[in-house]
Amino acid sequence: MMAYILRRVLYAGPILLGVNVLTFALFFLVNSPDDMAYMHLGERHVTATAVESWKAERGYHLPLFWNGEAAGAGTFKETIFFQKSLGLFAFDFGRSDSGRDIGYDIGQRMGPSLAIAVPVLLVGLAVNITFALVLVFFRATYVDVWGVVLCVALMSVSSLFYIIGGQFLIGKLLRLVPISGYDGGLDGLKFLVLPVVVGVVSGIGAGTRWYRTLFLEELGRDYVRTARAKGLPESVVLGRHVLHNALIPILTGVVVLLPLLFMGSLIIESFFGIPGLGSYTIDAILAQDFAIVRAMVFLGSVLYIVGLLLTDISYTLVDPRVRLG
Amino acid sequence: MPFEEKWCPRLISVAAFCGVFLLGGCGGEPWNHPYPAAQHGENILYGAFAERPKHLDPARSYSSDEYRFISQIYEPPLQYHYLHRPYRLIPRAGAGLPRVRLYDDAGRLLPADTNADAVAYSVYEVSVKPGVRFQPHPAFARNSAGDFIHHHLAGGSLEELRAPGDLHPLASRELTAADYVYQIKRLADRRLQSPIAGLMANHIRDMAGFAERLAARVAAGGERERFIDLREIPHGGLAVVDRYTFRVTLEGHYPQFVYWLAMPFFAPMPWEADRFYRQPVLAARNITLDWFPVGTGPYMLVENNPNRRMVLARNPEFRGEAYPREGEPGDRAAGLLADAGATMPFIDRAVYVLEKENIPYWNKFMQGYYDASSITSDNFDQAVQFTGQGDPAVTPSFRDKGIQLAAAVTTSIIYRGFNMQDPVVGGYDEEARLLRRAISIAVDTEEYISIFANGRGRAAQGPLPPGVFGHREGRQGINPYVYEWSGDGPRRRPIDEARRLLARAGYADGIRADSGEPLVLHFDVRATGPDDRARLDWMRKQLAKLGIQLDIRATDYNRFRDKMTKGTAQLFRWGWNADYPDPENFLFLLYGPNGKAEHGGENAANYANPEFDGLFEEMRAMADGPRRAAVIDRMLELVRRDAPWIWGFHPTEFTLSHRWYANFKPHMMANNTLKYLRIDPQLREAKRREWNRPRVWPLGVAGVLLVLLGVPAVLGWRRRQRQSALA
Repeated sequence: MMAYILRRVLYAGPILLGVNVLTFALFFLVNSPDDMAYMHLGERHVTATAVESWKAERGYHLPLFWNGEAAGAGTFKETIFFQKSLGLFAFDFGRSDSGRDIGYDIGQRMGPSLAIAVPVLLVGLAVNITFALVLVFFRATYVDVWGVVLCVALMSVSSLFYIIGGQFLIGKLLRLVPISGYDGGLDGLKFLVLPVVVGVVSGIGAGTRWYRTLFLEELGRDYVRTARAKGLPESVVLGRHVLHNALIPILTGVVVLLPLLFMGSLIIESFFGIPGLGSYTIDAILAQDFAIVRAMVFLGSVLYIVGLLLTDISYTLVDPRVRLG
Repeated sequence: MPFEEKWCPRLISVAAFCGVFLLGGCGGEPWNHPYPAAQHGENILYGAFAERPKHLDPARSYSSDEYRFISQIYEPPLQYHYLHRPYRLIPRAGAGLPRVRLYDDAGRLLPADTNADAVAYSVYEVSVKPGVRFQPHPAFARNSAGDFIHHHLAGGSLEELRAPGDLHPLASRELTAADYVYQIKRLADRRLQSPIAGLMANHIRDMAGFAERLAARVAAGGERERFIDLREIPHGGLAVVDRYTFRVTLEGHYPQFVYWLAMPFFAPMPWEADRFYRQPVLAARNITLDWFPVGTGPYMLVENNPNRRMVLARNPEFRGEAYPREGEPGDRAAGLLADAGATMPFIDRAVYVLEKENIPYWNKFMQGYYDASSITSDNFDQAVQFTGQGDPAVTPSFRDKGIQLAAAVTTSIIYRGFNMQDPVVGGYDEEARLLRRAISIAVDTEEYISIFANGRGRAAQGPLPPGVFGHREGRQGINPYVYEWSGDGPRRRPIDEARRLLARAGYADGIRADSGEPLVLHFDVRATGPDDRARLDWMRKQLAKLGIQLDIRATDYNRFRDKMTKGTAQLFRWGWNADYPDPENFLFLLYGPNGKAEHGGENAANYANPEFDGLFEEMRAMADGPRRAAVIDRMLELVRRDAPWIWGFHPTEFTLSHRWYANFKPHMMANNTLKYLRIDPQLREAKRREWNRPRVWPLGVAGVLLVLLGVPAVLGWRRRQRQSALA
């Protein structure tokens, strides 16, 4: 397995380089260094000298990919791409265009993102699997039919509606928890209730339908027939055998998500005032802060690759037939 | 075990829990209280911010989002009188208003009313109040030998360091004139990228030379971000006269400089703070002067988490300041002079929470968790109605809740401009003027304000907003080319008149007389959202009244700025918010040498009228008075006649506040207003309890429904279990 993991890690290098090049090209296709300078300096009293000075201070006065005026290795090294992007491979995120240490900011914002994302994932997983098992248990009855209808209805609703509706119902009408906000420690629990409930409820429709499909597929297998032939109650068949054998596709969907939980949720964080990484990225895009954008895209890519690798490894844990070679 | 024996105790427990839960909602603290229990009933102001501040360094900061914090902390020499209108400058940390002396080429002193052309340079002498002290800060702390304790920090011992306040001991020292000079020098430091560096280099003597000398020192070697003691680098335009007095020498005469002395750019900066924050070990923790201010003001920043919360607390070293004893007529009746002469500040802490979305922000205001709020279009009808006289007032439900409304016309203008370099709409011949005037009449600004701004605005008669010297009210203040006087106010000229003007311009019914082709104009706007569509459709309809076709060229900010810089836009939307309440700060938007396309200035329309430019140069150096008013009248006549802008409107700012929020008067120029405010925390806490009693009975109903629905499911489950076992 170690050889497999090593090979996958080596594969990651070119992938990350490609992501880096693509991010860089897309960003500078839309924003020029002049645009960035104007965005940071504001619209008032900005002179051309100030723009040039801003670029020079931050290294944006250099050519993008190729410096024809430099000699030797400088043709490649004295470029924005080399100086801004390659340090990422050493996880040196550098400073944002407004001067802040990006690594420090990411560290600070990861906690709040996880405080929402982890409970949403775990509670959502439990709720969705339970609902799916109930629907499968009552398959081909009115419970199943109306359950699926309800799931489709829940899926059809915009996540924004869940957020606004949740804030209106639980925060405004019932006044049970604060409408928005965040705090550390135990004081923060009351702020987490509403976003977690909203996150879980908004995922019930899609999640339940997905797991129901997996379980129904498993129900047609020989081992289920054997289990029933042994006289096992249906709840035991579902809970012990079907659920266990459906773990591979469940893991595929869940493990790959785990690293990405660090990246946070844009809409939920924004509406509930959670100072996580989701809003960090979108703020950087709006502020044309390339240093943060490239750092976050790189981090997202690394975490996604890690997630895929973890998924592969987890297969071997839940299914002894799988061997990584 | 029988069913009853097994389940009864559990059911009783659940019932008891539910009972406690339900009863819990009947009294005590609200469950939705977003603030810690220790803060309940405290003398704390609660507000929100939507945009996280980017810079808190007074040399870099230049936005209202940032000024709301640093203006409470940093004290420039001057400030605006809180109650007096029109806006008036008074001393803040300064001992008085600056003494201004004008000199000719030979260094001879000139009278104060000398024509600007004769003035070679001017000297501003500013005196600082003795006894003003900086907030407690580690940068000032010294040991018994007199050495600074925290100027040589090592990384190992700082693992837990999150803010400068974590270091001990803290110390303070007295403010001196040298601290102001140090800050003005910082404006020229290219590492800081001060937004007014270029502007000040044009006015302050030797500013550009100082910037070069400093840049050379920076480039001379070593870490770029290292501390460079600016006191060691001479500056030909700045001088420390004595401990409490400094001088600034300006090239020529620039009377508006006095307004800059009321902005945070000119707040004092102790060299010790610069030295302290330049330590790399602090920068690696984002502890920089850009994030942790060091000021002399009534408040200091005690929590800086722009991703979540900013907290200001009283500066224990603040000297105290008296609340104004006089104001406008009506201020006393409004209760704004109840605290006259009392020592400020009144509030102990101010907590600002990041609220990016308007819905939670508004709901929390309605629950009493924010003390004041602006109004968006979504909430406008719920909150505000207009009286029979057209005055805004809160709706009855808001009045019953004790919510108050304050409205004030802003010192800003939103307008649509013509590119005067454009071959169709630009130019200074009579046909071009008639075309622009016809369009100006057709674009019904009053309708726009009514539809898209909920009536919150005042149609502009020229570039000067109310409250700025030169603005005239009544008949003599109207733009006669677009309006006529109706007896009780300006009335837009009829559309038929616009059509006649258009025909005289050579475009009868929107058809070019020379070619017979329809007249198509291009409207460049920054518009990317769905909300912009209605506005653009409205604009299209305005020109359609004249038969003119409007081609909307909506684009993003970068492309739009690019077009404006190159002067390739034809008709565009723009705006300006005053830096200071002087007509120069609006009329310079039409000053030829300030053209955007040729000179990179703020004259977006690229208007260039030699007579206007000459009058502008004369006017900007004049003191307010009849002579200056006459010059401004002539300038307004010229631009109204030439119509480089469709004059647009001056937005009105509406602010709602709860009844426990006192001493609030909208001020469009000052940002250091926190110290004037007073709150009644006991009343606020009582209202919060009254308005936020939790409603738990719907949860009980939902639970019962769930149980009722669950019973058939449980029965079905038992039946299925048996079926499976038999199968």
